[in-house]
Amino acid sequence: MDLLGLANYAVFMAILIGIYALLALGLNIQWGFTGLFNAGIAGFFAVGAYTSAILTSLPATGRLGGYELPLVVGWLAAMAAAALIAWPIGKICLRFRSDYLAIATIGIAEIIRLVIRTEGWLTGGVRGVTGVPRPFGDLDYMPSQIAYLAIVATLVLIAYLLVERQVKAPWGRMMRAIRDNELAAAAMGKQVEARRLQAFVFGSALMGLAGALFVHFNRSITPEAIDPMIATFLIWIMLILGGSGNNRGAILGAAVIWIIWSVSELLTDRLPTEVAVQAKYARVFIIGLTLQLVLRFRPEGILPERQAGSPPHR
Amino acid sequence: MSFMDFLNFHIVPGVVLGSIYAVGAIGITLVFGILRFSHFAHGDMATLGAFVALALVTAGLTPWAALPIAMAAVAVVAIVVDKLFYDYLKARPKIMTVMASLGVALMLRAVVQVVFGVDPRTYASGIVRPDEYFGILLRDRELYTLAAVVAIVIGLTLFLRHSRWGKAMRAMSDNPDLARLSGVDNRKVTMLTWAIVGALCAASGFMLGINNELHSMMGWQVLLPMFAAAILGGVGRVEGAVLGGLIVGIAEELSIFILPAQYKAATAFALLLLILLVRPRGLLNGKVL
Repeated sequence: MDLLGLANYAVFMAILIGIYALLALGLNIQWGFTGLFNAGIAGFFAVGAYTSAILTSLPATGRLGGYELPLVVGWLAAMAAAALIAWPIGKICLRFRSDYLAIATIGIAEIIRLVIRTEGWLTGGVRGVTGVPRPFGDLDYMPSQIAYLAIVATLVLIAYLLVERQVKAPWGRMMRAIRDNELAAAAMGKQVEARRLQAFVFGSALMGLAGALFVHFNRSITPEAIDPMIATFLIWIMLILGGSGNNRGAILGAAVIWIIWSVSELLTDRLPTEVAVQAKYARVFIIGLTLQLVLRFRPEGILPERQAGSPPHR
Repeated sequence: MSFMDFLNFHIVPGVVLGSIYAVGAIGITLVFGILRFSHFAHGDMATLGAFVALALVTAGLTPWAALPIAMAAVAVVAIVVDKLFYDYLKARPKIMTVMASLGVALMLRAVVQVVFGVDPRTYASGIVRPDEYFGILLRDRELYTLAAVVAIVIGLTLFLRHSRWGKAMRAMSDNPDLARLSGVDNRKVTMLTWAIVGALCAASGFMLGINNELHSMMGWQVLLPMFAAAILGGVGRVEGAVLGGLIVGIAEELSIFILPAQYKAATAFALLLLILLVRPRGLLNGKVL
């Protein structure tokens, strides 16, 4: 691989890392600060991706779309759509322990997948949505990639700063209080359910935005683009390994895990075909095992959550 | 459509499917009630059981003879999984164990995919014609499935009601601290629970496989109906899980009257949300965690 190819690959990877970082930040709001178990990340991601794709794409026969709305409208709509799906689920499930939310989010992700496959008039069915515009897409390959990277990086930075600000504000203290001792927080007059719902909806909206960024980067999306379990699980490992409750940790985890995951894909693709299929599933085994090892030996992650009023511990 | 047709084409498949869900839901309700977390590896443990049985069938056993061996094997797997991946998390918030179980689900599925591949398989090929019993059409395998489920439910109920260890399990489900004070060894009860849960997983996976086909995602796809069944019946209640399983199974088969057939899988989800909304303790008044 020559130098230019390497640079191309690095920019490509960086864009995807940015998109995963947004997902990990969204999950950090839900899990890291609030303790909500979202096992359907891929579903919210897909909703965002399809919403923005349908609103901004070129006209096509046989499915809804072709509104050619500006990108910003598509992205805002993606966030709104993901939030709108999260709201009723959270409303029903957040009264109970996080287990129930986890079950329900697995269910909603599954149903979103069914809808995407079945409702061809809306999503193009198995053919998916194509002709999704890309900002600066008419530039040459390399400048266009770099421009997109700049957009993704800016959005990650904005999301990071906003979340960080929110977490340091009294709101963040209250969320941690609810997470760490629900009863005490409720006794202090905090509205546990409503606050959890807030966090769940905000986090889901960020996941929707990540989906929109992904679809405009790829210029198309099909139901096969996202394997619900593996995508969801990768993001969980990114957050846990990076350090849940720490936004920098979430971004770092996204980078580390995505690099390991892609490089291992490059390696297994070089294997002879008869073992390549098995190697693909062996990789899945290894990410499952990675989670167990992190939970066992470094549950606080690489960058642990900072405790208020004390230097970084451990 | 005559009443008999309605019975044969919708209710009978619903009852068969529902009784398979029931076996899975009993396991989920036991883990939920006794160990107090939702076990997301349940479906994939069932997949593993189905494929262990397939390996035995390939080695020359008849399917129903392979079942008890597969149940024993997965019981051992469940105990080992608990020792390796769940046990050390027991002092931490239970949600960590839930997360670990999601990882275990992925790992078990990957093992099945590496060893057996991803193509659909069957225990026996060929079309089986159903026999008629007083107008109701049943295949042999469906009859055996129903008989096996009834045997499992009766055996388990008797065990939980009357045996020493069954009582210990129920005591731990009601109040683990009180149970320990009364001399119940929580460690042994945990092990016993996992053995039973593993065996039930294998049984449900096997029955899914023999009534349809085996593939590596089969267990994951029934996880949601099984959870819906356990919560619908009331967490911690074995008879509730059976009732919930039957309701979910029949509802799925009847859903085609109001929903396009592709959305059959959404029925369980709708039932789950409905019960959480109106009666989170479940029909038979179980626990809410």
